Formats: sequence, structure tokens, C-alpha cells
Amino acid sequence: MSAALLSELAGALAAGGVRVVDLSQTLSSRFPQIVLPPEFDQCAPFRVEEISRYDERGPGWYWNNLSFGEHTGTHFDAPVHWISGRDLPNNTTDTMPPASFIAPACVIDCSAESARDADFLLTAEHLRAWENRHGKVPAGAWVLMRSDWSKRSDPVAYQNFDETGQHTPGPDARAVRFLVEERDVLGFGTETIGTDAGQAAQFRPPYPCHTFMHGAGRYGLQCLANLDLLPPTGAVLIAAPLKILRGSGSPVRALALATD
Amino acid sequence: MTPALIKPKPRNPVSALRLPTLPPPARSRSALRLTAAAAEGRLELQHCADCGTVQYPSRSACVTCLSHRLEWRETNGAGELISGTVLHHSNELYYRERVPLRLGTVRLDAGPALLVHLQGDCAAAPSRVRVSAHLDKSGQAVLIALPAEDTANMADDPMLREMTSDPKFRKVLVTDGKPAVGQAVAMAMVEAGADIVWVGVAEPWKQAPGFDALTKLKQIEIVPLDVTDEKSVEELAGVIGGKVDILINTAEFHRTHTVVDRGTETARAEMEVNYLGLLRLAQAFGPAMRVRAAEGSAPATAWVNLLSIHALSALPSHGTFSATKAAAFALSQNLRAEMRHAGIRVVNVFPGPIDDEWNQLVPPPKLAPVALAEAIVAALRDGIEDVYPGDVAQDIVTRFRESAKVLERELWDQ
Ligand SMILES: [Zn+2]
Repeated sequence: MSAALLSELAGALAAGGVRVVDLSQTLSSRFPQIVLPPEFDQCAPFRVEEISRYDERGPGWYWNNLSFGEHTGTHFDAPVHWISGRDLPNNTTDTMPPASFIAPACVIDCSAESARDADFLLTAEHLRAWENRHGKVPAGAWVLMRSDWSKRSDPVAYQNFDETGQHTPGPDARAVRFLVEERDVLGFGTETIGTDAGQAAQFRPPYPCHTFMHGAGRYGLQCLANLDLLPPTGAVLIAAPLKILRGSGSPVRALALATD
Repeated sequence: MTPALIKPKPRNPVSALRLPTLPPPARSRSALRLTAAAAEGRLELQHCADCGTVQYPSRSACVTCLSHRLEWRETNGAGELISGTVLHHSNELYYRERVPLRLGTVRLDAGPALLVHLQGDCAAAPSRVRVSAHLDKSGQAVLIALPAEDTANMADDPMLREMTSDPKFRKVLVTDGKPAVGQAVAMAMVEAGADIVWVGVAEPWKQAPGFDALTKLKQIEIVPLDVTDEKSVEELAGVIGGKVDILINTAEFHRTHTVVDRGTETARAEMEVNYLGLLRLAQAFGPAMRVRAAEGSAPATAWVNLLSIHALSALPSHGTFSATKAAAFALSQNLRAEMRHAGIRVVNVFPGPIDDEWNQLVPPPKLAPVALAEAIVAALRDGIEDVYPGDVAQDIVTRFRESAKVLERELWDQ
């Protein structure tokens, strides 16, 4: 491969021929964290506490201490996150191959369906219909489910709980198995708070996306933003988790490279 | 008759803020026993175990028989006002701002003569009165005589109002209004005549039964407040910190976690709310409340902390929770010492198990959230500093005072 390829990319980035799209939510205490039933231990929410701000605690400098769970904000799920992936090789944030942190992305637009039905489920039929228009999902690609959920800036609307639980769109079990077994994807990404639908605890099996993706050593991305700025195919996604020893996931600054 | 309190006008923004001054605080160690009883709303005086003499002021020996066997016991405050006077001048800054003051001498039916403040409705001497002990702005006991029978608007007397924190016409912040306890406290404040009740809500996406009804009351204003988030606490303090007269910290995280159950996440979450949450509130709201403690028409007056009777002695079946409440109790004692310089009353509430979802397996009696809220209102009205609401709390605090060690063992199997 010629070295010119990278200089060409650098030139295109500088000249604007290649856009960099920020797919990340801002990490702040305002952004909601995942909620488990209260009898389970909870993911710590993202918190910032000032160490000093040009004051008596540190006259010339400003900095903060952070605390958060691994699965906070726009974040990466490693295979070890789920029990189905716990014994796989290279299944943690420190051992996953770095080459997989940069990969092509297919964007499935489910925004209209999700607007109509918060419990919308992406099926294998939807995926085949998408392939009829945009071509086959390539092996090793991220499949990103665009729902425009990231545009819900009100945390109540984003979480969308009622007394029967959370109502957010996601894939059904067959769609996940299709992507893993027949398309050999790298992983599945969503704009919602989980890669699974809000009601996925009631599915068979429960949480099919976590179960099948991680069981096959594939990855997850959630709380993505700006998927509406990406083309259906052709974008390259860059999402590298923090190198946490035996980590199950990590907040990421997810970026995409796209051409106009 | 005491004129009924009228809703105070807002302070003239260009007049200087009246700064807090305090009545003289120095008291002997033995006189602090009077204070300790007043903190729980009781009048206690020295009783001689040998001859039965009741004496005041306290001394190291009986004035009648010189016995040293003196016991502090609850004493009936009924008595006769034998003389009264009006104080027009004082060299103490605090009293100078509050003259004229009615003072008097009361002969208790129990024996001793006491120098007391006179509530405005007390008839001229000779007349029947009731003496009670109240904490003043310094947090020290002073004796006040009330008329033998309640009069209309009795609690609106300026001197009594100095020593109490009646929610009437006051602006109250309830830090977590979603759980049953927070809802009950917010409702009780509305019923007690509070002017505004700000109700804090964390994690607004979580539904809480009954909460919607609360939000419809005109005195209630829902505000975002998550005590685990420094920014959230500071932002709210930036908006209402200069207006809160009474802060009631109901924020609580409670799980049934023992110290040998795996993991520290539950303990950390409990500590974030129950201990660090209080610390964040104290730093964000404390200074502004201190400055406003003497504001003429509507001063900041009280800070209430929801603790647990197991702050005194741990309940192993709720091990990590007890530990956070003990930490919060220690913090609250320090907060009281800090707020004392302005005369803000810090009220600690030590309930037994509350009848909520985290005490499902605790056998009755359990304290209903409404009863807890009523106890908080009563404590504010009576100027009480330490509240042990309900039978379980009363029982445990009694046993704690008899023998902390015996109680520690008895709580092992509960
Ligand atoms: Zn005696």
C-alpha cells in the first residue's frame, strides 16, 4: 500500500473533502445513564467535581476529577460485557485488536419508523430491503441504527419510561443473528441508551443484541449522535475505547469520516 | 392578644442587610443540661434525690440539704408569674435590636423561682403561666412563660418566633420530593402555610406514584436537584440560594446491604447521597443562609436533616446504610456548629424504619411518611433540635442512653 494514501487522506481532511462527523454526546451529568431495576447495582452516573479553578485550591490552573461507569455517555461495549462473551479471547477493552476500532459503517435509517413507534423493532426483512437499495452489508462493518433518538434533548423523552419500562427502538433477535451469522459484521450501534430495544428484557432470548453480538465476539456502540449526517454507506467509523485493564466497555469519542 | 403574623414584605433591596447577632452564649457545663433537654422540647431542672428540692439555677449541691445527689428530671412548667418588667435597654447587640422585651419572675408549682421571657399574651402579675425551655439563636436554653391557656396567634409572638422556625409564610426547599417521604414533607409544608415549597427532583425520567398530584399545588415549584452532582447543587443554589428560609434534606439512598455482601457500589451510592449530598448542600446553601439569618422581615431560619435512628447504633441487616447515616450525623453536628454563628437551627431527625419499599421485610411498627412529615413540622414549630419520631426511635434512643453496648448487641438479630 502506498504511503501516498495517508497523505491524500490528510490533504482531504485539511481541504474539507473528507468531513469529520462527531458521533458523540457531550459527557455531562445531564445526560442520563442506563437504569437497571433497583435491586441490581447501578452504573455510576457521569460526575465532574472541580479540583481547582484558578482559586485558592490551585491559583493558576483549572481541572476536574471525573467519576462514571464504563457504560456512560456515548460508549463502547466489549464482548466480555455480556455473559455470552465472557470466555472469548481478546474480549476486553485492553485486548481487543486496535484495527477493529476503525471500520466502515452502514447506516440503516429507521428514523421515520421510530418516530411513529417508540418500540419499533428492526427486522431481518428491513435489513434485506436496505441491502436491495444500498448493497450487501460488508463483512467487518459496523451497522448503525439511525433512529434520531439522539435529538431528544429532554432526558425524560430520551429515556422514555412508563410503568411498563423503557420504550426505545432496537433490533429483534433475527435481525441480530442475520448480521452476525450471515453478514459477519463488526458490531451494532444505536442512538438509544442500549443496543437492545427498551423492552428487550421481555424478548426471547432477553437482550438479543447483547447476547448474540457479544457471544460472537462482536461489539456494541450506544448513545451515538449525528447519524443523520452520515451516508448509508461509505463512512468510516473511528471508535476507540479507553485501554482499561479487563474493561467491559468505555466512553468513546466516536468519529466518522465521510465524503460529500 | 398577639397580632396575627402577616405575610412579610420582601426586603427593601437598597437597605442594608441586618447582620446576625446572637444572645450571649456562655453557659456552664451543668446549665448545658437544660439546653440538652430543651433541644428535645423538654423542661428539665435539677431535683435533689435526698430531699426532693427542685432548684434553679443549677448548682453543684442542693440548696436545701447540701446533697450532691442531684438529678436532671423533666419538670412541670406550671407556675405563677409573681413580677414582670419591660427591658428597654441592653448592652448586648442582640437584645438592643429586639427591645422592648418582657421579662418576669415565675414561681413554679414545683418550687423554684425562674427569671423568664414573657410571651406577649401573659397577663400582668399575678397570673398563671406555663414555663417551657426553648433554644435561643445561640442554641442555648432560655425559659419562656406562655399564658396558662393557648391564645390566638400565640406562636406569632416575635420572641417565640425568634426561637422557632414555624414554616408559616416561609420559603422551603425539600431536596428530594419524589419518594413518599419527600412528597409527604412537601405537602406538610404547604399545609403548614409555607409561602413557596421548592421540591427537588433528580433523575426526572423515573416515575413516582402520587408525584403528579403534588406538582399541581400552587405553592409547589419543581426544581432540578441531584445531590450527587456538584453542578446541579450549585446551579440551584445560584437561583434560589438567597431565598431559602428552611432547607429540608430528604434526599436518601437506602438499600438492604450488609457489610459482607459483595461490592462497594451500593455503599458508594448510599454515601454519595446520604453523606456527600449533605456536604454539597451545606457548601452551596449554607453560606447564603447564614448571611440571611437576621434579615428583618423574613430571615433564613432552619436546616433539617433526615437521618436514621441507626445513625446512633448500627443495624447490621442494613449495614452500609447505617454507616452512611452515622457519617451524615457527624457531618450534621459539624454543620450545626458552623450555622450556630448565625443562629440557623440545624434539626436532626432520627426516624426508625420508615414504611417504604426499602423496609418491606422490617416488621411493624414502621413510621408512616406522613407521620414523619408531621414530626418535622412540629419540631420546626417548637424549635426542637433533635427529633426521634415514632415508637421505634423513642425506644432505641432510650436504650441507647441506658447502655450503648447492650443496644449494639440487641440490634445484631434485627
Ligand atoms: Zn436536698
